[in-house]
Amino acid sequence: MQIPARPRRWHILVFLLPAFIVYSAVMILPLIETLRLSLFNTVDGQSAFVGLANFQVLFGDERWAADFWRALKNNFIFFAIHMLVQNPLGILLAAMLSIPKLRLAAFYRTAIFMPTVLSFVIVGFIWKLILSPIWGITPFFMDLVGLKAFFGPWLGKPGSALITVSLISVWQNVGIPMMLIYAALLSIPDEVIEAAECDGITGWSQFWKIKLPLILPAIGMVSILTFVGNFNAFDLIYTVQGALAGPDGATDILGTLLYRTFFGFQLQLGDRSMGATIATVMFLIILAGVSLYLFGIQRRVRRYQF
Amino acid sequence: MSKARISPLRSGFVHLALAGYTVIALFPVVLTIMNSLKDKNAIFRTPLALPTAETFSLIGYTTVLKQGDFISYFQNSLIVTVVSIFFALLFGAMAAFALSEYRFRGNALLGLYLAIGIMIPIRLGTVAILQGMVAAGLVNTLTALILVYTAQGLPLAIFILSEFMRSVSDDLKNAGRIDGLSEYAIFFRLVLPLVRPAMATVAVFTMIPIWNDLWFPLILAPGEATKTVTLGSQVFIGQFVTNWNAVLAALSLAIFPVLILYVIFSRQLIRGITAGAVK
Repeated sequence: MQIPARPRRWHILVFLLPAFIVYSAVMILPLIETLRLSLFNTVDGQSAFVGLANFQVLFGDERWAADFWRALKNNFIFFAIHMLVQNPLGILLAAMLSIPKLRLAAFYRTAIFMPTVLSFVIVGFIWKLILSPIWGITPFFMDLVGLKAFFGPWLGKPGSALITVSLISVWQNVGIPMMLIYAALLSIPDEVIEAAECDGITGWSQFWKIKLPLILPAIGMVSILTFVGNFNAFDLIYTVQGALAGPDGATDILGTLLYRTFFGFQLQLGDRSMGATIATVMFLIILAGVSLYLFGIQRRVRRYQF
Repeated sequence: MSKARISPLRSGFVHLALAGYTVIALFPVVLTIMNSLKDKNAIFRTPLALPTAETFSLIGYTTVLKQGDFISYFQNSLIVTVVSIFFALLFGAMAAFALSEYRFRGNALLGLYLAIGIMIPIRLGTVAILQGMVAAGLVNTLTALILVYTAQGLPLAIFILSEFMRSVSDDLKNAGRIDGLSEYAIFFRLVLPLVRPAMATVAVFTMIPIWNDLWFPLILAPGEATKTVTLGSQVFIGQFVTNWNAVLAALSLAIFPVLILYVIFSRQLIRGITAGAVK
């Protein structure tokens, strides 16, 4: 229906403008400004262009580098634990839930997804209480299975704190991979499954050979969501371990490092330029992950048209 | 439909595993609520027992309600969440309509631009957002949070709603045009009511991260008058670390509204995530 020389269609502008303005002003422009700020620093009391000097300081200066590399390493461990525990667990739960005519499936689904809607603050404090040696809930349960000797104040030990916090996060977020994979499993057409059954492929081998290849796109989606979520995580660690991400920085990840750096904490003054530099590094990491997903993985994963 | 039946033994294992994980998922929350209703001795002596007539105590709740300004925190959270969702949905639906309905130069590019925010978290711009809010005098106002959350909600809202708006019949809209309806009337009176289910899904999705967010309240609105429930409980529980009754009661108070909303909206939410695959 293209009519030549139509009058200016102002309504298109009216429809688009509010969203465009709010989104640009509050999201995109600050993001660009943050990236720009990472190239500036205060020299002799004035803001001056310093090129990549901030990054050199962050990566190499002794005051910054140790904290930064530790936070980066911790963040990768945090992500690895999610990929190794949360996502396989989510797939397993989804596979069980999607068994046809399973009784109580709706109940299990709702219950297992519940922690996901709670705030990190609630989850963090609850687990702090449960793992607390003072209350003794965890030692009690470990005693039941004869493992009491292995109990320790896990959140307080540098060696185990990061793993413990990661597992709390897994507990909270396992509902997301479970739901997305579950949806993918349900959308596999019955004909495909029936054909497999005619060929005598059932049970586990059916899952591995037929269903798993078909849900690979969903697994890719879950992985990138986990990646983005983990590399800008902050709330849970702040709640459980404080802004210093103790003990002794053992649970410090990029989000908590960014918070302390740009906002300041206790004796540390906020440093806008270095904050922007850390945010830029986080942006580049997330951008790299998303690009890898969009151009590397998503294109190569075959989509099956039914 | 003839599916290979799974043996009772295997289905038994499946139920055992699922029920086991359900217990793991629910236990911490149940434990917290249960113990918030007991006196201090019972919390430590019999943490796994239900409150009985002897051990029942509301001391934690009275402490919390006396000292904390929970009502005003709730109010703040409610205002921020509802207003942000309203604007994200309204502006998002308008933009989605323009993108899906009209052909104009730069349409695809604009769609791509508006989609960046789905993958790139708004938090990364916090340094400059704080700077901008300071310059605009919006620090410690609910307006600052509303602006941020509206911007945060828009990309996904536009993305989901434009998918749905493409499926609204062209005949209907053209019939409206022939009857002399303006483009605005077509949007507000014909299209918007038809995509209401999708709007509800987007609303539920947008709501959870806004209500639960700690980062922006902590940075943009940490003042007593503008604390949200999430930040409020964070600060508040931190003060009461040694008063177990109060901590458990505060946690329960923070859990209840979310839990009630979840029970009401879980169908909507789960259907939204699984995009209709769940029957």
